Amino acid sequence: MALKVLAIDDSRTIRELLRVAIENVGFEYECAVDGVDGVGKFSQVGPDVVITDINMPNLDGFGVIDELRNGTAKTTVPIIVLTTESSSDLKMRARDAGATGWMVKPFDDDALVSVLRRVTGYQA
Amino acid sequence: MSIRDTFFQECEDLLAALVDGLAELESSGQDSEIVNAVFRAVHSIKGGAGAFGLDDVVSFAHAFETVLDRVREGDLAVDGKLLRVFHKSSDQLTDLVEAARDETAIETTARDSVLKDLETYLGDQVEEEEFSFDALTLDVPPALEIPAEDSASRGVYEILFRPHAALFSNGHEPSLVFECLSQMGDLTVELQDISIPDFELLDDSGLQLAWRLELTTFDSETVLHDAFEFVEGLCDLEIRPLTRPTDPLPTIASEVPTPQPTPSSDKPQTKSEKEPKAPKATLRVDLDRVDRLINTVGELIINQAMIAQRIEELDLPGTSQVLNELEDYKLLARDIQEGVMAIRAQPVKPLFQRMSRIVREAGEATGKPAKLLTTGEGTEVDKTVIERLADPLTHMIRNAVDHGLEKTDTRIAAGKPEEGTIRLTAAHRSGNVILEVSDDGGGLNREKILQTALDKGLVAPDVELTEPEIDNLLFLPGFSTAKEVSNLSGRGVGMDVVRNAVAALGGRISITSDPGQGTTFTIVLPLTLAVMDGFVISVADQTMVVPISSIIETIHPIRRNIHTIGQNGRLLALRNRYVPIVDVAENLGLKSLNRLDDQIFLLVSSVSHGTCALAVDAIHDQRQVVVKSLKTSCGSITGISAATILGNGKIALILDTEEIARTGASASELAHEKLTQMEPALVDAN
Repeated sequence: MALKVLAIDDSRTIRELLRVAIENVGFEYECAVDGVDGVGKFSQVGPDVVITDINMPNLDGFGVIDELRNGTAKTTVPIIVLTTESSSDLKMRARDAGATGWMVKPFDDDALVSVLRRVTGYQA
Repeated sequence: MSIRDTFFQECEDLLAALVDGLAELESSGQDSEIVNAVFRAVHSIKGGAGAFGLDDVVSFAHAFETVLDRVREGDLAVDGKLLRVFHKSSDQLTDLVEAARDETAIETTARDSVLKDLETYLGDQVEEEEFSFDALTLDVPPALEIPAEDSASRGVYEILFRPHAALFSNGHEPSLVFECLSQMGDLTVELQDISIPDFELLDDSGLQLAWRLELTTFDSETVLHDAFEFVEGLCDLEIRPLTRPTDPLPTIASEVPTPQPTPSSDKPQTKSEKEPKAPKATLRVDLDRVDRLINTVGELIINQAMIAQRIEELDLPGTSQVLNELEDYKLLARDIQEGVMAIRAQPVKPLFQRMSRIVREAGEATGKPAKLLTTGEGTEVDKTVIERLADPLTHMIRNAVDHGLEKTDTRIAAGKPEEGTIRLTAAHRSGNVILEVSDDGGGLNREKILQTALDKGLVAPDVELTEPEIDNLLFLPGFSTAKEVSNLSGRGVGMDVVRNAVAALGGRISITSDPGQGTTFTIVLPLTLAVMDGFVISVADQTMVVPISSIIETIHPIRRNIHTIGQNGRLLALRNRYVPIVDVAENLGLKSLNRLDDQIFLLVSSVSHGTCALAVDAIHDQRQVVVKSLKTSCGSITGISAATILGNGKIALILDTEEIARTGASASELAHEKLTQMEPALVDAN
């Protein structure tokens, strides 16, 4: 079965860029337009890995991670934070919030896919 | 649509949200949710621009965002001065995005000046390092073919790894870390401390395990650490070299860049306490599809008119069920038509938002501080109308600041606030869209206008004009009151161009002015361009349609109200004034029927140079007609704007009242020829 990826980002452009990168390697792609939408989609979609933006309306990325890790979902599904900032401070905050890893925007398609494979162990 | 197109489309939305947010910030003060929204808009533009390598946009958005972030963090308070910088920055960002989209050069001086303004607000947060977009270094280096005999150049590392409970709850798997390491070289994995407690004492919140790993690899210790980047802080980790690589191969080293985290002042957003506004769900549809649908609905309206005509011809009794059903059909068709038109309708808000920038810039250029007040931003108008209104409206707004507003000292002397106010309003009124541009300036200087018109020979020297007539001289081609063409509103465009643009949209423009109080321009436009309300009339045995939007009233005159002047000239006495009568048939070069004056009908029409009465033989009906352009099949014909298909299946021409009134009695032979040439072509096309 193809790896199922849920991306949460309020930017249509980023969502489309992610779609191309992810569908190109044959993964399944679902996306959500803000934090609340993302948490809702999570339970519907049941993804193998989540990619989330930080700066979003209606619940930001930290809120999403907190909700997925400690809310009703209580999931240990890998969550990758996709952010414009490469500051280590932000990475530490993401890790403390429960993120599995991070990627900096703009992202390289291959690098993104490698990170997805690495945190999920997905080989195909 | 390419992702690049998506990006620029999204930029438009984001820039609109930005302008919106800044306006809200201005009116309702510093609200954290608004500041967040403004920040997000700039941030998203930066994020997307980075993906397309639009460095100019990225670097500017970054500076803008950094100042906004300081506001968000409460380090900076928003005052009038900062708001002005924000407005300028938003304008500048718009320019940069447009330049990037059109791949044109940017105006660096303008940008640098705004950047400088922004920098004064960076405080001590000025970044030590230049902002850069180093992509995250991947800790998974390309799989290397390692020749066995080269093992001497490889290093051997001992790794002690004891995961904390948080490592698992963050979604990590030790085996995946091992997997990653194994791709870097030869890896051995040993489980340590196999001191698993008794079953009852097992703590299920974490794994009490630790591993000792041994890795033989070409990679350096730094690269090894990178493999643990995501789990660092979530485990006890010790990496010790047992033997170092004897001679690291330069080629390999260069393939493995070291990561350079760039410190940034930006702090992640904290959760907002206020309930944020949920965005309205929208659907993006290809415009072509909508236009095809509109076309089809047009056919439906024609078809409905035809069926109605056929049924009427059957002469059924008034109680007939068919007539009731027909009424329902008409109502439904109209509902569908309105619904489809609503898809093309867009609020004028983005257009208005652009105008606030025009006012700001015009104010700066002329040294007259001015602000724009808008009302009715939610008023919806056909997309094409909005697009085609942008230029005339820009011109009118510039005019209002440049010519409408008085100089500051004059304003103060008149007891007015120093800052001038330009008002822009939109509203729906009886099936039309009304747009008003008004200023609170000194009003029109009628003496000067009349003098200019006389000097330029636009009016006869002995003419006596009413005040509204003088005001309307502004719309004459070749009129410009400004002594010198100012670089602002001049540009060789007069109000006549504005009037023509409005007329091309099937609308009309008028002007009112109060001395000392200001001037108001009013534009009346039809809601849509595809369907319009018209009078079905007949002229010289031809059935034609006159757009209702251009008609003020219809009159069946009595003979004593019609006065003859000269040989052919006739005037209608209409409530204490005289209105010239234009014979439509004659004007179009058709044979005028011999008829008595009291057998004609007059359509009193407001046109650019005043009012005139169009003489027609009969008015049959008032109905919606579908506008079919003739431009492609017949070219442009004087006096005719388009055609439509009536219920009886016949083609009727739609009159261009403006043009007919303008050419007046001097009906050109050309129009006649064109009209006669055109008819067979139309019949064939049908």
